[in-house]
Amino acid sequence: MTEPLIYEIGSTGRMGVRLPAPDVPTSPLPDDLLRHELDLPEVGELQAVRHFVNLSQMNHSIDKGFYPLGSCTMKYNPKVNEDAARLPGFAQLHPLTDEDGSQGALALMFQLQEWLAEIAGFSASSLVPAAGAQGELAGILMIRAYHLHHSDAKRTKILVPNSAHGTNPATVTMAGLQVVELPSDADGNVDLVALRAACAEHGDEVAGMMITVPSTLGLFDAGIIEIINVVHACGGLMYMDGANMNSLLGIVKPGQLGFDVMHYNLHKTFSTPHGGGGPGCGAVGVNEKLKPYLPGPVVVIVEDKSNGAHPDDADTLMLDDAPLYRLQMPEQSIGRLKAFWGNFGMHVRAYAYIRMYGTDLREVSRHAVLNANYIRAKLRGVYPMPYDRVCAHEFVIEGHFPGVDSVHALDISKRLMDYGIHPPTNYFPLIVPEALLIEPTETEDKATLDNFIDVMRKIADEAKTDPTLLTSAPHITPVKRLDEVRAAKQLVLCCRPIPEWADTQAGD
Amino acid sequence: MSFIPHTDAERQQMLAAIGVPTIEDLFDVVPSAYRFPSLNLPEPGSEIEIMAELQAMSEANDHAGDFAIFRGAGAYHHFVPSAVNHMLLRGEFYTAYTPYQPEMSQGTLQAIFEFQSMISALTGMDAANASHYDGATSLAEAVTVALEVGRRKRNKIILSPTIHPDYRAVTRTYHQGQNLNIVGDETPASVDDLAAMLDGDTAMLAIAYPTFLGQIENLAGLAEKVHQAGALLVFVANPMALALFKSPGELGADIVVGEGQPLGIPLSYGGPYVGYFACKQEYVRKIAGRIVGETRDSDGKRAYVMTLRPREQDIRRDKATSNICTNQGLMALAATVYLAMMGKHGMRKAAELCYHKAHYAADQIYRLHGFSVDRSKPFFNEFVVRCPRSVTDINAALLERGIIGGYDLGRDYPHLKNHMLLCVTEMNSRYEIDSLVDTLRDLK
Repeated sequence: MTEPLIYEIGSTGRMGVRLPAPDVPTSPLPDDLLRHELDLPEVGELQAVRHFVNLSQMNHSIDKGFYPLGSCTMKYNPKVNEDAARLPGFAQLHPLTDEDGSQGALALMFQLQEWLAEIAGFSASSLVPAAGAQGELAGILMIRAYHLHHSDAKRTKILVPNSAHGTNPATVTMAGLQVVELPSDADGNVDLVALRAACAEHGDEVAGMMITVPSTLGLFDAGIIEIINVVHACGGLMYMDGANMNSLLGIVKPGQLGFDVMHYNLHKTFSTPHGGGGPGCGAVGVNEKLKPYLPGPVVVIVEDKSNGAHPDDADTLMLDDAPLYRLQMPEQSIGRLKAFWGNFGMHVRAYAYIRMYGTDLREVSRHAVLNANYIRAKLRGVYPMPYDRVCAHEFVIEGHFPGVDSVHALDISKRLMDYGIHPPTNYFPLIVPEALLIEPTETEDKATLDNFIDVMRKIADEAKTDPTLLTSAPHITPVKRLDEVRAAKQLVLCCRPIPEWADTQAGD
Repeated sequence: MSFIPHTDAERQQMLAAIGVPTIEDLFDVVPSAYRFPSLNLPEPGSEIEIMAELQAMSEANDHAGDFAIFRGAGAYHHFVPSAVNHMLLRGEFYTAYTPYQPEMSQGTLQAIFEFQSMISALTGMDAANASHYDGATSLAEAVTVALEVGRRKRNKIILSPTIHPDYRAVTRTYHQGQNLNIVGDETPASVDDLAAMLDGDTAMLAIAYPTFLGQIENLAGLAEKVHQAGALLVFVANPMALALFKSPGELGADIVVGEGQPLGIPLSYGGPYVGYFACKQEYVRKIAGRIVGETRDSDGKRAYVMTLRPREQDIRRDKATSNICTNQGLMALAATVYLAMMGKHGMRKAAELCYHKAHYAADQIYRLHGFSVDRSKPFFNEFVVRCPRSVTDINAALLERGIIGGYDLGRDYPHLKNHMLLCVTEMNSRYEIDSLVDTLRDLK
């Protein structure tokens, strides 16, 4: 099954929309400034709709089937979130509307800031960062700004465990700081001896440490308090990568553990959709120390309410005693990270989600951890498990078998597709050979987990009895395994303009 | 707990399989002093209650559904064909993730390839990536590419003062740790003034097209000057304007970035939007972010896959030039469906409607006593109006007549106190424009 490119289904002169004729006198166009060709598709509405529906059906998605992609928290995205974000008063609100005329949006953002701070035990948060990676950049820039502001310019090193997401070291470099990589111990925890040695060696050059809790191996680091104390003792600040927050809601508050800053992934923990790779929101939470450095603007309540309520709205939100909200740059802010105020549409969805769960949010993490441990228990002995202990919301297995040299984690991943299941994250974390990182999330029922367990057992059998079933998989997907080397060598990145070296045949 | 499907019996079976008596036992490793803190959150709510609450909050906003809007300044109220939203609401698209597994993600991958193609066509560039967070971060990422092209030996970045103020601020935020010399935008500067700042240390010069003030500047000879200095010429372009005006490629751009929001994405109080990023072929291997390429599967079928992956953070780690993981997938899809639906003819027509309506509005306001319109340069659909009193006063009066007025330029440009930036799109009827003009007439 292949779908033609949109450019291949058009006909010269065809239009997908009708636009009105001008209802004003027209003005002469400046001929010398105009373009004379515009190579966009020429398709009708039905053709376009069928094209994109056909494309959609070539995707796996949460709405279609199980998606245990570790580290990504592919939980169900409640439909009500989508309706909420599309309410005209949100979707059609211009970002530069006067603050008096956007009190509803600001109230929502303020409340979400407060809830996020409460959930993770921080004093304040900023909703500005557009994604987890941007939240990381915000966090590290805040740490840098804090040291600079305290005349401590030589603190330029950030400690990063070798199990970290690639974004962590990349962020450090982007912020103009240097990475000091730390090893993990045999249990998957940060090697405390190495940490103490690094702090001793780099001492007053340590700006801070980035760490994922629970770790990218799905393990809660038993030495976390000790780690935080060691880094604080040498003058560094602690950054928590909140990618795995889905196991901590109501379980522990990072701010109480001693973290100075962390990012949330609203698209993981708080159910805003992944959208095929974004948009997300990487809000950041901070303690009092870093509050002045937050990226802005943030929403604040101001005392002066003289310009408050619109009389018309008194029956809804704008009661006379409603607070007056304003956008404000924190006093020592690291600055803006994107135009305007962040991915507001994601704020609405996360608000709806948190509001629905409320104090029951703890159940999310309880069941995420229950589901992961259930699969782990059932797969014990079927696949090698480098860390055989109670896990958090995800766990890692090794995708290979003694005596079966031809089968790798990638083959197991591809074979899972034949059973209608999206593969786990493969080859991450880097410190586990042939890693498969499995994260079921709390929204999957026992029957789905049992089916996954059965399939994983079946694949383990197939690996031993008929390994080519795995190495030639997938068999039932729209396309088979792809030639990735060809893609990188030929580099055909668009069909407009068609690169002269492209071979445009669909080859079906 | 409507999204947690477990029954008591299932929980018990699962705990038995794990070998612990209660769920709490799974958290023994969490330091007990900090375990199970209270959550000061509201009581759980139903869909009925929460939608009522959100509805009330949304209605407390002055939005483009209820008001005639003449405000742009980086976010635009354009027509969006219904089909766009219907495609975005397909769960197969919006509940999928980054297409790491291409066999199960051909829909997302081909849509991105089509996005890259349409952006290349619009900008007149050879290639485009799968997108950045927004126009502002696209500009910040262009700086990184220019630094890499200059082998990190050139440290001067020239930004036109008429690039969106937020984009310039974001560029400074991104690069605050890099010891760069970002210049050009401290005071008003013409294109010639900017070109005069070029020197052997300059990595790039960026201009806006149209400018933040809506104008199309005379760019003849600029590319030659920039290239003679060994720097890159970067355009920050409004994609709707590109349907009408010469492509940046024709004008010698090396990199074109901008905000894709005008392409079928709702205003949504500033996000999520989509930053596009296009460049000449020779810079493709230096750009950040996801890139989708064409290839074949093992049966020889045409297929799509993320390519040039070794540039990215998950492989290169601290040697990566950017930490970006995702693109703005769903927003790029919105732009793709929009550009497919509007197509060659619809885009040109929409752009012309914007142009004609904006010029009609400008002509009418020009005739008003007390107001003046800057017509010194050609403009697209935004123009600068000097007002007889503060923009705040004028906008307050307009609001009472159901009109959201222009953007107050004095907020960003001290020399433009009492100047407003008015925006007119195909969504503004003649009636709305006439109401705007009538209201202004009374305010002189």
